[in-house]
Order: sequence, then structure tokens, then C-alpha cells
Amino acid sequence: MLKFIKRSFDMRILFKTNYKQDLNLAKHSGHRFWYGLLILVLFAAPLILDGYYIGEATRVLIFAMAGLGLMVLTGFTGQVSLGHAAFLAIGAYTNAWFLAQGFSSFVALPMAALLSMTGGLLVAIPAARMSGIYLAIATLVFAIIVEDFAGHLNSITGGNRGMMVDVPMLFGYQIWQSWELYLFVLIILVATTLIVLNILRSPLGRAMIAVRDSEISSQALGVNPMKIKVFAFTVSAAITGLAGAFLSHYMLFLTPQIFGILLSIQLLLMIVLGGLGTVHGVFFGAVLIGVLETGISIAKDILPSSIGGLPGIEPLVFGVILVSVIAFEPTGIYSRWVKIRSYMEFFPIYRRKSFKRQRAYLKTERLR
Amino acid sequence: MSFLEIKNLSISFGGVKAVDDVSFAIEEGSVFAIIGPNGAGKSTIFNLLSRFYEPLSGQLHFSDNDLLELGAKDIARLGIARTFQNLELFEHASVLQNLLVGRHVHNNQSWWRQMLFTDSVVDAELEHRRKVEEVIDFLELAHYRNQMISGLPYGVRKKIELARALCIEPKLLLLDEPSSGLNLEETEEMGFWIEDIRRDLNITVVLIEHNMSLVAEVSDRVLAIVNGRVAAEGSHTFVQSHPDVVSAYLGDAK
Repeated sequence: MLKFIKRSFDMRILFKTNYKQDLNLAKHSGHRFWYGLLILVLFAAPLILDGYYIGEATRVLIFAMAGLGLMVLTGFTGQVSLGHAAFLAIGAYTNAWFLAQGFSSFVALPMAALLSMTGGLLVAIPAARMSGIYLAIATLVFAIIVEDFAGHLNSITGGNRGMMVDVPMLFGYQIWQSWELYLFVLIILVATTLIVLNILRSPLGRAMIAVRDSEISSQALGVNPMKIKVFAFTVSAAITGLAGAFLSHYMLFLTPQIFGILLSIQLLLMIVLGGLGTVHGVFFGAVLIGVLETGISIAKDILPSSIGGLPGIEPLVFGVILVSVIAFEPTGIYSRWVKIRSYMEFFPIYRRKSFKRQRAYLKTERLR
Repeated sequence: MSFLEIKNLSISFGGVKAVDDVSFAIEEGSVFAIIGPNGAGKSTIFNLLSRFYEPLSGQLHFSDNDLLELGAKDIARLGIARTFQNLELFEHASVLQNLLVGRHVHNNQSWWRQMLFTDSVVDAELEHRRKVEEVIDFLELAHYRNQMISGLPYGVRKKIELARALCIEPKLLLLDEPSSGLNLEETEEMGFWIEDIRRDLNITVVLIEHNMSLVAEVSDRVLAIVNGRVAAEGSHTFVQSHPDVVSAYLGDAK
């Protein structure tokens, strides 16, 4: 066993004997071992951690799911969205409403994803024609509209007074315990991650990356950028809507203020910190934000009240960490992880220069 | 009707007539070179053929298809591939991924199959990979297969862009300055490849080129464009010695 762990750190020479090897999600025994172990530990976590930490972990998972949705759109298709809180809101309210009508989670969750997806489709059709700052503004406006709607649709959302969320119902069984909700979220998160990974290794995912890196040449290769962007928007909205549904269970009580601009920005920050354009980045970002929030609130209790009680300590710590990540590792935590990994893999011969950033060659701006 | 036929093509940007009443036809299986001074409108012709620009007037026909009825995204499906003057590779993807995007027109798997990565998608992916590997062998890119574009030197990128265009399995290949930025040796290599592409892969090639020795080496016919107008068309010796072409490059002898 120990030998196996050691071997999974060693420099690995992969002998490729067929093309199918490149299609596998786990490329070698080390991947299978470590990712298997990670999933095992995640599923076993409720045995070790108590209710509070399981709750915190659930929030991390929910944010990871929402971040995964945003990553499909922003990280892989290159479309910035400042309005993903809107999809969270649509998912959360839809889920809560269907549960309140007496439907089970089997209806409520798919409806949350579906309605959010429809919202995504409606935004995508005009948004696919926009890019950069204009797209950011358009999605921001969409989020504000959705927030306002939630505040005024008293009969469905309870307006600004808020709305209670029933617990999830599966096969007539109500999920009351925090560890049950945790496992439920974890299973759905693993499934959505697999779907995203599948998209990325198939033609659709490559087309998304093509649209992100050069729209003009993607067109010359027969990719329809409009279609790909609309697809990315819909998938992204569906995943984020699903995350929203779980968020409603985590929150237990919904008010429109939860889904403000700050939530959108937090999501965007999360994936930028984690590493844009990587699935790992989503999870790194979600864990970082989660650990920070939990850590700060614990530290506040431990520290003397003259320091811990100071207002604005959270934004301060957040700000310092953000600035240092952007200053020292602009490509996110994931790329730091890649460096550490290759340091261990190539141990005596690792060179810092192998990750030096290359200058970008001139690109045709005339065609844009 | 010819393989590719361009009739009375015109486009202007503001007051500048970038392409002005240009007509020419290209036979299947030939190598056709377009030369001309900077800003003469050569690349604009390619961008018109790729349907990035809407022409003011004129007709574009490619083996019985009216290109003007199609959009930019449909051109590759007809079998027209192109490269770009300043390289338009997908920077943050591996060489292999770049080449596989070239197979996009041959993809016929539905989106939900791709999401579940069903066996039919696996089979299709393996087939794409085999085709891509043929191109990799052809252009000797095996060494770079799994590297990121952003770390590669210019000459290699140039080759990858050519490879990506070949992955479409095109009938017509438009090369925008294939030798620009390449050293002497690489330019020579490019010449051999263009000949191989024509002879072994049976692809008609249109190239925009400034390097006259490369043009002389590979092309059957040469078209000279000066200020958006056709100055001369014929064999490379004829075009090179044509008085209008000479005066465009060297100025009038007064």
C-alpha cells in the first residue's frame, strides 16, 4: 500500500498503446487511486465530522456546483457572466415552490434545472451576440431584473417577506438530517461533474474552447459560435439552477436579497481564484472560499473581542488573499497545484522556467 | 463551370475600394498563387471567400455551390479550409485538441450522446483521432502532439495551422502567406508540403504569397492584384515581367 502511494508520486512514464487511453477520464493508476480515495473520503465524511462542519461542507459542494455551471460558460466558452445569482434564484424559488405544492424532489429538482435552463436560453439568444464588457452588463441587468421579480411576485416567492423552504422529499422520505442533505448534494455534484467532463472531451467541448480562443477561426472550421454559446448558456444555467435548488435547502429561508450582485461576484471570484478554464479550479475555488468563511468565523470566536469584534475583518482577509493570489498566481490555484505536482513528479530535475509564461503572438484584430 | 469561380467581386471599406471588380477561375487540382503589394486586397479576397465579409457585388461559386447563399460557418462543410496570416490557433489548448477541432464538420453525434459519452461517441472520437494522426504523420508533428500551443515557436504554429486545415479533409485549401515568418529552411519545407498536398492528397491550393521563389516553385498560375484590381494573370514568368506588376512594386520609370 505504502509502496503504491509512493509510486503514484514518482515520475511516471506512460506507454500509450491505443488512442482510447487518451479518452479515459482517469489516465493512469495514480489518477484512479487518488480520485477514488477522494470520493471515498467525501462519502465517508459524515462519519467523522459533526453537523456544523457537514453543513459547511454542504455549502462548499453547493457553491462548487454553481461554480461548475459558471465555469462551463466563462471558463470554457469565454462568456463573462455577472448574473449567475439569477439562475441560482430561479432554481431556488422553483424548487421551493414545487415542494410547497406537495411535489417530491423528483419533480422539484428537475423543474428547477429546467426553468433555470429556459431562463438561460432566453438570455442566451441576445447575449450570444455580445461579448466582453457588454455581455457582463447585460447579464448583470438580467440578475437585477430577476431579483426585482422575486421581490414583487408575492404569490409565488413571498416577496421581500421571504419564503420558507420545505425539506427535500425522496420516495416519501423527508431529508431532515444535515448529513443526508450532504450526501444528496454530493451524489448530484459527482453526476454533474461527470457530465461536464464528458462535454469537455467530446466535440462540443472542443468547439466551446475554440469559440473562446478564436471565434473567427472556429467559424472557418465549421463551428457555429452562436449555437455553441447558446448551448453553453443553457447547460450553465441548468447546472446553476440545480445548485440554486440545493442552496434553498441549505438556506431554509429565501429572500430576494440573498441573490444580489454580491453572490454573482463571489461566484465569478471563486472560479477566477481557482483557475479559469479548468474543472479542478472550480473545486479549489469553492474550497478556498468555504474554508475562508468558516475559518474567519471560527477565528472571530477565538480571538480577543477587541480584534475579533472589529467590523470589516472578513472583507479585509478576503481582500488580502484575493490580491495576493492575483499578484503571485494570476492563473489561479490550479496552476500552483500543477507546479507542485510536477515538482514532485520530476523531483530532482524540476525547473522553475518550465512554467514561465510565453509571450502571446499577434492576433488578427482586424476581423473583429 | 470551373472548380472555383469568382466573378466581378467588389467590396469597399468606407471610401477604400479594397477589391474592385476582380474575376478569376481556378481549375481543380491546380496550385494558384495570388501576389501583390501590401494592402492590395489579397487577404480581403480570402475573407470574402470565407464569407467573413459581405461583398458589394459579384459572384462566388465553388463546384456548383453559390457561396453567397451560405454563412461563414457553412464554408468548411463544403470542403474549403483556410489558414490565417497572423495565426488563429486556439492558444490554451493542446495541439491535438486544435487538430480535433478541425474534425468538427465530420461530427454527427447528438449533444446528449456527447454528454453521456456513449459508445457511438467513443467510436467516432477514435475515428477522428485516426484521421488526425494521419495528418500528424504527414506533417511530422508527432513530437508536439500533446503540447500547449502557447508554448510553441512560430514556425511550428504555422505548421499546426496548416495541419488543422487539412483535418477538415478539404477539397480546396486557402493559404494566407504560408511562408511569412519562416526561415529559409522552413520555407523550403513548406514548398515541398504544398506540392505533396496537391499531389498526394489531391487538394486544390490557393495561396497568397510574397516569396516569389516559393510562388515560382509551386504554382501553376499566378494572379497579381494591385490596388484591389487584377493587374495580370498567367504563368509566374509572365506575371513577374508584366509592366503593371513591375511598376506596382518598383514604381514607374520616369
